[in-house]
Amino acid sequence: MSAPTTTLPPELRLTHLRQLEAEAIHIMREVVAQFERPVMMYSIGKDSTVLLHLARKAFFPGKIPFPLLHVDTTWKFREMIEFRDRTVADLGIDLIVHSNPDGMAAGINPFDHGSKNYTDIMKTQALKQALEAGCFDAAFGGARRDEEKSRAKERIFSFRDRYHRWDPKNQRPELWDIYNGRVDRGESIRVFPISNWTELDVWQYIHLEEIPIVPLYRSAIRPVVERNGTLIMVDDDRFRFEDGEEPEMRAVRFRTLGCYPLSGAVESTATTLPEIIQEMLLASRSEREGRVIDHDQSGSMEEKKREGYF
Amino acid sequence: MAHTSDLIASDIEAYLAEHERKDLLRLLTCGSVDDGKSTLIGRLLHDSEMIYEDHLAVLEAESTTVGSAGDQVDLALLMDGLKAEREQGITIDVAYRYFSTARRKFIIADTPGHEQYTRNMVTGASTCQLAVILIDARLGVLAQTRRHSYVASLLGIRNVVVAVNKMDLVGWSEERFDEICADYRIFAKGLAQIDPYFLPMSALLGDNVVEPGDNLTWFDGPALMEHLETVDVDVGVDLERLRLPIQMVVRPDLDFRGFAGTVASGVLRPGAEVVALPSGMRSTVARIVTFDGDLEVAGPGRAVTVTLTDEIDLSRGDLLVDVEQAPTRAHEVDAMLVWMDTEELEPGRQYLLQSANGVRNASVTSIRHRVDVDTLEERAATSLGLNDIGRCSISADRELLFDAYGVNRSTGSFVLVDRLSNGTVGAGMIIGAASSWNRQPDAGLLRQASSISQGERSARFGQQPCTVLLTGLTAAGKSTIATALERRLFDRGRAAIRLDGENVRMGISRDLGFSSQERSENLRRVAEVAQLVNNHGLIAIAALVAPKDEVRARARELVGEDRFVEVFVDTPLEVCRERDVNGMYEAADRGEVPHFPGVSATYDRPTDMDLRVDTSVQAVDECVDAIMDLLAARGVLDA
Repeated sequence: MSAPTTTLPPELRLTHLRQLEAEAIHIMREVVAQFERPVMMYSIGKDSTVLLHLARKAFFPGKIPFPLLHVDTTWKFREMIEFRDRTVADLGIDLIVHSNPDGMAAGINPFDHGSKNYTDIMKTQALKQALEAGCFDAAFGGARRDEEKSRAKERIFSFRDRYHRWDPKNQRPELWDIYNGRVDRGESIRVFPISNWTELDVWQYIHLEEIPIVPLYRSAIRPVVERNGTLIMVDDDRFRFEDGEEPEMRAVRFRTLGCYPLSGAVESTATTLPEIIQEMLLASRSEREGRVIDHDQSGSMEEKKREGYF
Repeated sequence: MAHTSDLIASDIEAYLAEHERKDLLRLLTCGSVDDGKSTLIGRLLHDSEMIYEDHLAVLEAESTTVGSAGDQVDLALLMDGLKAEREQGITIDVAYRYFSTARRKFIIADTPGHEQYTRNMVTGASTCQLAVILIDARLGVLAQTRRHSYVASLLGIRNVVVAVNKMDLVGWSEERFDEICADYRIFAKGLAQIDPYFLPMSALLGDNVVEPGDNLTWFDGPALMEHLETVDVDVGVDLERLRLPIQMVVRPDLDFRGFAGTVASGVLRPGAEVVALPSGMRSTVARIVTFDGDLEVAGPGRAVTVTLTDEIDLSRGDLLVDVEQAPTRAHEVDAMLVWMDTEELEPGRQYLLQSANGVRNASVTSIRHRVDVDTLEERAATSLGLNDIGRCSISADRELLFDAYGVNRSTGSFVLVDRLSNGTVGAGMIIGAASSWNRQPDAGLLRQASSISQGERSARFGQQPCTVLLTGLTAAGKSTIATALERRLFDRGRAAIRLDGENVRMGISRDLGFSSQERSENLRRVAEVAQLVNNHGLIAIAALVAPKDEVRARARELVGEDRFVEVFVDTPLEVCRERDVNGMYEAADRGEVPHFPGVSATYDRPTDMDLRVDTSVQAVDECVDAIMDLLAARGVLDA
């Protein structure tokens, strides 16, 4: 087979990662130019980490011209919070941390209230509260179209009404690199600059750019219990053991990060990025499988999004 | 395939190094569910192993309830994302899919084949470099094939694959394949840039998708995957004309002022002289700043921040361009407009026009025609409805800086946004600056009739009115002939008016320059005056360079075929140069006169003129004799 042909001289050729990077930077600059109060959703995971890195590039040598928003369910892994605080301090960025005060007062937790209720109150409602409190008219997120079927057709500038709802039947046509960011008061746009990236692209980019990530992505000996075939890490003393459960020390890591009682670990010895990528490529399970919330029923992500979930 | 490449297991570092060098191809698949499009995409994803086991498990569960592929896993189910659509068994929007091989990453824009088709396909095509047009081998070239090909061509896609699918259902017949290819070629002739790669295939069985398979041995071209992996994705990338639309000014402190944007075309280098538009100020690129260090060169697609050596004013929507080839500037443009809203386009209504120039107020001033996307015929239209495509004139409240869409997608495209709903209602591809040729007079105007009839006028002047257009290069002798012709007619008692190109530029056209657009407008004004003069029974003698065939044809149309006499003053260029007392040719040679026909712009030699004269071999009187003979023969001059 012949090599891919190109008419471009080598110094002008952009690899797929550089093209994706340029696209994301273009999108971020559009948002800052078009909106009054943008904010970046920061979940501390690898996609957020890439998003933050891209934002540094987009506005260099200036500082990132918007704050980060972390919706803290109070059940995140401790290592995530440490990583968050260190990152924010190192980069000198404004961080808003919001937890749903009503949910906290009611003692909502993932053990007693089921993943659906818990997610709605501590994530979806909390996010709406934070966006409204900040009067944010644009919120960046690290969602990718390859993650889940309903995301495959979501726009990069995704319109939300006053109730933060997404209407998949009434999306604005999005052409070329022109992004229509017009909203009325109270309405907003969710922006997904890495829509066109795949999981492999994200990992490869982290590797290429040597971006620091939360250590939980790397294998270590951690205390876990096995529940319904999923390995749950015992991250603090709030963990509720069921009858007969004992934490075991196993070599595990996480493919996605969220609330520790809802995040499944995978057994792994991968500690370096190439090993992690190798494991991902050889694995036959897609990334979101480790998240408990997607499995209630087919189409459940779409329903959550209509309600305002990211 | 790439992802099962032994390298992943044996040498991940080598695999990553290889992966890092990949480029990116964005492609569009056109066809309906019935053409096997979803099956094709499903197979590309499946055979390049981008479908994970848990996705497959969900599919298997669903195939039994809503699938249509019998006992097989229905690959088509992968494609239609939303729940409601799955239940209806159709996809109704643009969905993006991803896969990659060892050579390339691919983004597929998947658009459905139903009512919303044009809108969705235009949206999907706007970012694509390649289109796969599916044809059902049993059905051959259909109206939808035309629609797909037209939209791909309209959106500037240069790489087209015509995939003749379901070859298994026509007995793998080479004859049938050739027949379809021949049909396609006939109708695709009228489409710009379409030079397709024809490919027989069976998406269901996999022949010629990823592997050639055993059934199409008579076909020796590469299978789809190999074609996608090797096709030149940078064909048509413009490295000549620098266009950097400014997105925002980066100003972290008083010492740094950078202009951020993505290079749309051309090549940016420190030290290069650039022009800021619309101000027209010149400066030099000082640095190309990025987070990863300054660049020595930045080409199309790079997101950069540029600093200049001078403090010049530049803000969002402005352009940095090279000093040689400026973009066009105009308040009014002609464009192909795709209407994307259920509420019809309302000519005259104010919309927001968003483009690389930022946002303007704009309205559609006229619709020249609507294109029937099934037959490609042009039809008269007073509005455009959802999914209609039409050629329109659009007027903006501030000047637009643009290139033709065919030359530059970034600086030639725009969207129209409804001011009330904020929705994106139209997508436009600029053809060029609008000329008043297309503009319709206001509907409320009434023509005031004269009380004098044409017969009375003819009796008074002893002539039938006509317009003589003398066209030719500068210094060809047009004005001299015009003046002599006027004298001859006058001496014979006829009534004529002379409209000399240079003279009109001192009066009714003194606002015009010499660009192709302005020359066109100058001829339009002269033709309008000639028509008025003719209506009053007089003969008009117009002497202009009139370099464009198309524009002369419009003048002929305006004046009326039976009254129009086109005389080509075909004096050789060398003779024109010798005679040129004003030194125009020399100035043009030195680059001082842009758009000079015969030097820096083309002069279309007339092909359907009524008379040709050559002043290098004919005396002025001979030329006038010839014109007078022609006028007599046409019955213009009563005996």
